[in-house]
Amino acid sequence: MTGAQIIFLMVAAFTLLSAVMVVTTRNLVHAALWLVSTLFGVAVVYALLNANFIAVVQVVVYIGAIAILFIFAVMLTRKDMRDSGPQINKNWWAGALVAMLTFAGLAFLLSGWSGFSKTAAELPAGFDSISLLGESLVSPEAYVLPFEVASVLLLAALVGAVYVAFNPSKK
Amino acid sequence: MSFWNDPLRVAADWLQGIFVGWGMNETGAHVLVVFLGVLLLITLLMVLDIFLVWIERKVVARFQDRLGPNRLGPFGLIQPFADIIKLIIKEDTTPGDADKVVYNLAPILSMMSVLILWAVVPLAPVMLGTDLNVGVLFLIAAGAIGTLSIIMAGWASNNKFAMIGGFRQVAVMVSFEVPMLTMLLIPTIFAQSMNMNAIIDAQNVWYVWISPLGALIFLIAAIAELGRAPFDLAEGESELVSGFNIEYSGMKFGMFYAGELLHAFTFGGFWAILFFGGYRFFGLEQVSPFLAILILIIKAMLGYWVIMWVKYTMMRIRIDQMLSFNWKFLTPLSFALLLVTALMNALLASAPTWLYILGMFLANVVTGWIALEIARSATRQERERIEGPNKKVAEASH
Repeated sequence: MTGAQIIFLMVAAFTLLSAVMVVTTRNLVHAALWLVSTLFGVAVVYALLNANFIAVVQVVVYIGAIAILFIFAVMLTRKDMRDSGPQINKNWWAGALVAMLTFAGLAFLLSGWSGFSKTAAELPAGFDSISLLGESLVSPEAYVLPFEVASVLLLAALVGAVYVAFNPSKK
Repeated sequence: MSFWNDPLRVAADWLQGIFVGWGMNETGAHVLVVFLGVLLLITLLMVLDIFLVWIERKVVARFQDRLGPNRLGPFGLIQPFADIIKLIIKEDTTPGDADKVVYNLAPILSMMSVLILWAVVPLAPVMLGTDLNVGVLFLIAAGAIGTLSIIMAGWASNNKFAMIGGFRQVAVMVSFEVPMLTMLLIPTIFAQSMNMNAIIDAQNVWYVWISPLGALIFLIAAIAELGRAPFDLAEGESELVSGFNIEYSGMKFGMFYAGELLHAFTFGGFWAILFFGGYRFFGLEQVSPFLAILILIIKAMLGYWVIMWVKYTMMRIRIDQMLSFNWKFLTPLSFALLLVTALMNALLASAPTWLYILGMFLANVVTGWIALEIARSATRQERERIEGPNKKVAEASH
């Protein structure tokens, strides 16, 4: 086993453990903090894959914005943040089945891929992944249409949020 | 390659040779050497931090026409050590209903979010922690961890003042992240890279001349991110006692305090790196990495001094004023500046250097002037809306 594999297994175990803690802890703020550590673990996995940009964006967007917003919302909603109800309902077996099937399906699909059992090739020196990513996001041959559609979707969400919050009668 | 030209590489090779000589394998020795390097950097930063306490106290004293610490040692230099001994032997209290783990984790994360920034600071052309190709974004990512530490401290203390302070601080940090991120894109446009070293390399002309407004907005956003006056409403003494760190005592409070000072110094450094040429100063950085480090530290200290100057000159502003200043003025202005800069950069791409600099400078001045005019007319209308009837009453009584 190589050093990279050991590090990957440790990070993966940490991420999974945090993910389990998110759904099992009874304190909502603790759940949000465990979610932060799960997201951080995913960022470390990206970094291990040499995807620096995605790793940093994962931290900026998911921890810096979304998780902070979660914590904010949780703190504003309830005084006692302890949940005393049952943690699973009677459909737990259906959820588990779907999760298992998804995992099996993904594993089956990936096992048919030629690169499944190979180790990743070393990136050539001076390989600039950010320029490639940026160019393919705005290039007509690549992903400019999905990129623009996603930004229009975000704009629509923004306008919707302003519309919901805006109260003209108050003025 | 000599010690004078590349001290880090020479020292690392020498140490690794010793470890391999002791029978360690190559990879293990390399990991150990890197670990020792990180430890050395952090230790030096913490020692610097001790003296930052002294510098901060001396400078604030001068701004307030006092002498500052001057009893212990020459110029009061031993005073910070006395402070540290006091902090360490103080009773370490934890509030009764506090969330112990989160409460104790918060100061550590706060300090960590500052120290981790130094991973991407290029001290000299050959001396930097990691040559990350997204160094600029790393700054924001580390800031996210700092925000998290403050909200953790505010919540875990189980104190309403700490909670309100934490809310306020997070509101400030989350909103000022937007103009800061936008301003970080301006050096990125000029250097066509997010790598800190590449940004410094590209600064044959300091970016402050090409984008003075960008440098100014970055400084404002940095001060807000630091939670220093005039944006220090998270620890508004008169209303919140001490804000998010109210329940912390001893060295745990010391961690927040030291973290804040080091953070201010670090942002002074980033201001120097992004807009004032970093370690470059008339080719002196080519002579030796030691000189380059000295230049960077001097520039970072000057940036830190400006941050202190603002802190001890300005009054604290109200939270609603702060938020509307950010969302209604600074954020639109920084977006407009980014658009203007990108457009001018494309238009002047083939122009001679003097024209490029002049054009960029004027574009910045014009953008700033238009923004100020719009803000002035908006505030005038607002004032007339509020004061208008009163004025008429006053005139009628004459």
